[in-house]
Amino acid sequence: MVSTGSTTRGGSTTRATFVGMPAFPAAARTALADSQLRANLAHATGTIRAKRLHVVSEVDDWEELRLAGAAIKDNTLRHLDEHLLTLETALTARGATVHWARDAQEACRIVARVAKDNAVDEVVKVKSMVTQEIGLNEALATEGVAAWETDLAELIVQLGDDLPSHILVPAIHRNRAEIKAIFERSMAAAGRPAPDDLTDDPARLAEAARLHLREKFLRARMAVSGANFAVAETGTLVVVESEGNGRMCLTLPEILVSVVGIEKVVPTYDDLDVFLQLLPRSSTGERMNPYTSTWTGVTPGDGPQQVHVVLLDNGRTRALADELGRQALRCIRCSACLNVCPVYERTGGHAYGSVYPGPIGAILNPLLKGAGHDPQTDSLPYASTLCGACFEACPVRIDIPSILVDQRAKVVDAHRGRPSVTGVAMKGAAATLRTGRRLGLAEKLTPLGLRAARLLGVAHRWTSARDLPPPAAESFRAWWQRTDGGRDDDQA
Amino acid sequence: MTTKPDARSEILARVRGALAGTDVAPVQVPRGYRSRPERLDRSGLLTRFVERVEDYRAQVTRCAEADVIRTVASILPTGARVVLPPGLLWDVPGVADDGFTATDLDGYAAVVTAATVGIAETGTIVLTHGPGEGRRALSLVPDLHVCVVRADQVVADVPDAVRLLDAESYRGRPQTWISGPSATSDIELDRVEGVHGPRTLHVVLVS
Repeated sequence: MVSTGSTTRGGSTTRATFVGMPAFPAAARTALADSQLRANLAHATGTIRAKRLHVVSEVDDWEELRLAGAAIKDNTLRHLDEHLLTLETALTARGATVHWARDAQEACRIVARVAKDNAVDEVVKVKSMVTQEIGLNEALATEGVAAWETDLAELIVQLGDDLPSHILVPAIHRNRAEIKAIFERSMAAAGRPAPDDLTDDPARLAEAARLHLREKFLRARMAVSGANFAVAETGTLVVVESEGNGRMCLTLPEILVSVVGIEKVVPTYDDLDVFLQLLPRSSTGERMNPYTSTWTGVTPGDGPQQVHVVLLDNGRTRALADELGRQALRCIRCSACLNVCPVYERTGGHAYGSVYPGPIGAILNPLLKGAGHDPQTDSLPYASTLCGACFEACPVRIDIPSILVDQRAKVVDAHRGRPSVTGVAMKGAAATLRTGRRLGLAEKLTPLGLRAARLLGVAHRWTSARDLPPPAAESFRAWWQRTDGGRDDDQA
Repeated sequence: MTTKPDARSEILARVRGALAGTDVAPVQVPRGYRSRPERLDRSGLLTRFVERVEDYRAQVTRCAEADVIRTVASILPTGARVVLPPGLLWDVPGVADDGFTATDLDGYAAVVTAATVGIAETGTIVLTHGPGEGRRALSLVPDLHVCVVRADQVVADVPDAVRLLDAESYRGRPQTWISGPSATSDIELDRVEGVHGPRTLHVVLVS
């Protein structure tokens, strides 16, 4: 697929990277040509859409829950500094060590230092978007620390030296036959090999993952997680999951480091009553996910006795400064917007060139990095038809279409002064439309121009997806003049 | 000479800078969901709890208080090694947790625990890992989890459960919310029960 590198160090480090990915239109073209990918995606997103619709329709006051979720997050963001300080105080009081990280590099350094200080050379990982965002596995590998992904889909991606393509199901682009092949090829190099009699039955594949990872869970001394929520008042972190790999990582090792984006904070424990209703139904389409774990610093005699929390900015304060865009920080990473998006369903996640694909990725990446950061990020606000399905599905009512439009404007602003095809065309149009005489001249030349464009193929980027209309035999203005505005038309 | 600000001060300063000039008046949070009309009577609620737990392909057995020990014993496979949390109210067969290592626990086939709350709407049981429930590893590593829930612990929905668990006595204690056996939908979004957590969850509802 988009993988560019090779696997080293016993399969623990993957060199597949989003760095250097082409802009969305080019990447999407490659993805669209992959019919297996499109079939996998259509099946998977269709399944999850139906499940979500079923469980959401069970909740009479769903719209009120969405409003409540949005309001809680907005209120928190407006006083984010205060809530972060409250969270820090509560965590420290409960025996956790709090670190602050301005960017990805700083966060990775902190995690690596904890590993080094404890003479740890491998960590087990709970599925976490934020550790992917900061490239933690790669950073740990350069420090000689192996990071084992333990979520089934993450394991498939890691063993396949692949890239994630969905927030909830990073291996959504793989079907069961492909997964079986990856397990047979790569499990042995990373630990316990796949069973000899493995089939492509999902239950058998899940069992192979269970056997492969159990020895790692039992021996790991350190785990790394993210958090779905961080309760400021109590210092409680929350991880929502399905497989029990999260519980294994959060419970069995001696040392736990959780990397938490600063927008994950909620003020009080009882605020969770909204999000624990919104998240599972929006995400996996279940009334409740199989396991939700909460922990508050160190619990003597139960679970990790050395607990670290890394509070990460990495662009979040940039997004917070964007008056319209800051609502993207409400996001609870459910992925409902991906599953309903007609663009995502056809291109898949890799085309977005980021760990955050789909509609939320199309706004989050430019908000975190800033317009004009790089051509790939600048292409994302255009990766949408603005149909609005994402807004309808979003459990915290992020108005993604409006932010997309606003981000498009910001991309244009960032490129002002630099020549562009659109810019030249618009300048030309302005000059042509300034006087009737120039327009008349242009109209006479249009048939010629269109014919020339067709012959020379210069309009290819337009015509590859659309028809170039045939030139009219006579322009409107010429017709008006000839027929005196239609009065003499019958005489023509 | 200026020193580079530390990460903490710099992030807080960035947050304050980003919010400068923002209207910080609180947005009203609608809380109607916390007082939903009761649609089910007590017995209807318990029936719903059972149905919803079973929806996750967990097993449920209902029994009277006097029959808990016999019921649990009949669920445990013959000859299975069973580990028990300290403070379990029912004298079921098994070995009391003695601070076993994870590898030790992996040698046990089953665990029997109590619970703190059951949620009818979602078929969820919540453990707060106090007496009778045991530390978190105990109900995680063995492959069969038998969980005894008393009928009076079953509440209607998530807001009711959160209100109960927000009590001072649970502050700071870890919680595990369990809805069925471990499961994954990571392969083609088809649900498969049984991954890393207990592959079988058997709830005993006592009324």
